[in-house]
Amino acid sequence: MSTYRALVAKDLRVELRTWQSVPAMALLAVGTFVLFRFGLDRTELEGTLAAGILLVTTLFAGLLAVNRLFVPEREEGGFETMRLAPVPAAAVFLAKATVLFVYLAIFGAITLAAFAFFFTPDIASLPLLLLVILLFNAAISVTGAFVSPIATNSRSRDLLVPILLIPLLVPAIVAAAQVAGPVFNPSLPAFSSYSGWLIAAVLYDFVFAALGLALYDFLLDD
Amino acid sequence: MAGDAANVAVRTERLGREYGELVALDKVTFELAEGRSLAILGPNGAGKSTLVRILAGLLRPTSGKVRVLDADLPGENWKLRGRVGYLGHRPMLYRDLTIAENLDFHARLHRIGDAADRIGELLDQVGLRRRADELVANLSAGMLHRADIARLLLPRPEILLLDEPLSNLDPAARDTLGAMLADQPVKARLTVSHEPERAAADHDEVLLIGGDGRVSWQGPAGEYDPDAHAGVYAGALR
Repeated sequence: MSTYRALVAKDLRVELRTWQSVPAMALLAVGTFVLFRFGLDRTELEGTLAAGILLVTTLFAGLLAVNRLFVPEREEGGFETMRLAPVPAAAVFLAKATVLFVYLAIFGAITLAAFAFFFTPDIASLPLLLLVILLFNAAISVTGAFVSPIATNSRSRDLLVPILLIPLLVPAIVAAAQVAGPVFNPSLPAFSSYSGWLIAAVLYDFVFAALGLALYDFLLDD
Repeated sequence: MAGDAANVAVRTERLGREYGELVALDKVTFELAEGRSLAILGPNGAGKSTLVRILAGLLRPTSGKVRVLDADLPGENWKLRGRVGYLGHRPMLYRDLTIAENLDFHARLHRIGDAADRIGELLDQVGLRRRADELVANLSAGMLHRADIARLLLPRPEILLLDEPLSNLDPAARDTLGAMLADQPVKARLTVSHEPERAAADHDEVLLIGGDGRVSWQGPAGEYDPDAHAGVYAGALR
């Protein structure tokens, strides 16, 4: 646990000092909203269109953070540090997923405000929307932490992250959109109409978290 | 140096490592008893750094057998974690953390109990106490190297694997830190060096690797004659 805390604290301290990830993510999101605002020529969005724009923007912004997640480990001896010290690979995976989740949570707060500003959507249930966003953020975090060391150790890191991550996240975005779509309406439909997708989103997070915990030792090897 | 000379600290048997078609190490066989030190010499590209990285468990060999302390590598890498002190060409320090923050991070990964005292003591020894709160990104190459030596010694490793440990240091620091590394109570010390005379004087044994990645000479440091092996360095680029 202390190893996990040390790894998380190190990454967050570096981010607080350099602001290399979260501001870039927020800027990308605001830019994307501006493009959609004028590209679609709409001041209001609802239903699956609103959900799709919000979730896809979150995914693309998440790619930026995933791309950078292991760069210090590769360029500043972090991989060697983790392989020489008595650090369980599972602790590294959980720490990296946590760091991504924190980035996405901060980013999410900024993005939701910007989304509301540009598209003034009706939100039938804010708690449910926040739950969906948290589950989708968790999906990006666990799959991103899983994919990032593979991509970082490759020469074409910038290409590999989207190539690996986007297909992996298709089930997560489908499930999240199926729940978030009804939320962006004046009233919420019956719980049974989206509960299955909610369960699917939770299961997706657990499956990739389990995969990461089981396989990370191999991913950190040379 | 600590250790029992009857026990073997490092043993390799027909060790090989290839990078694609390039053979970096070819059938390297040697043994180092506990309590002994070994200088690894050879021209650029001979595979010295590759050898040290394999012994540290950072690189997988493509053939042969490797045993370090009580661990058969690479299968038992986990047995070595926290016991090997590795100093490579690239410092294992985060640029956007201060020296003290970096050392504290390493201390927490190695679960060192008396971390603050140990860090202070090491910073004194490498002459960086007053610069402890400086960002690593702002350090000169020599200062960075000193900080990395503090990082190396922090977990009190059982074996030292040093790849050109005195590079980037001024003459006074080379003497001070060279003596400091030599005096560590470890079971074995293996040092890659490009200074044959100094390395032979500072170690018990010498392993000379040729440009073809094969052992060209090995034996007691006292019997090593740099002039007799000058040919190994000539025309070694592959």
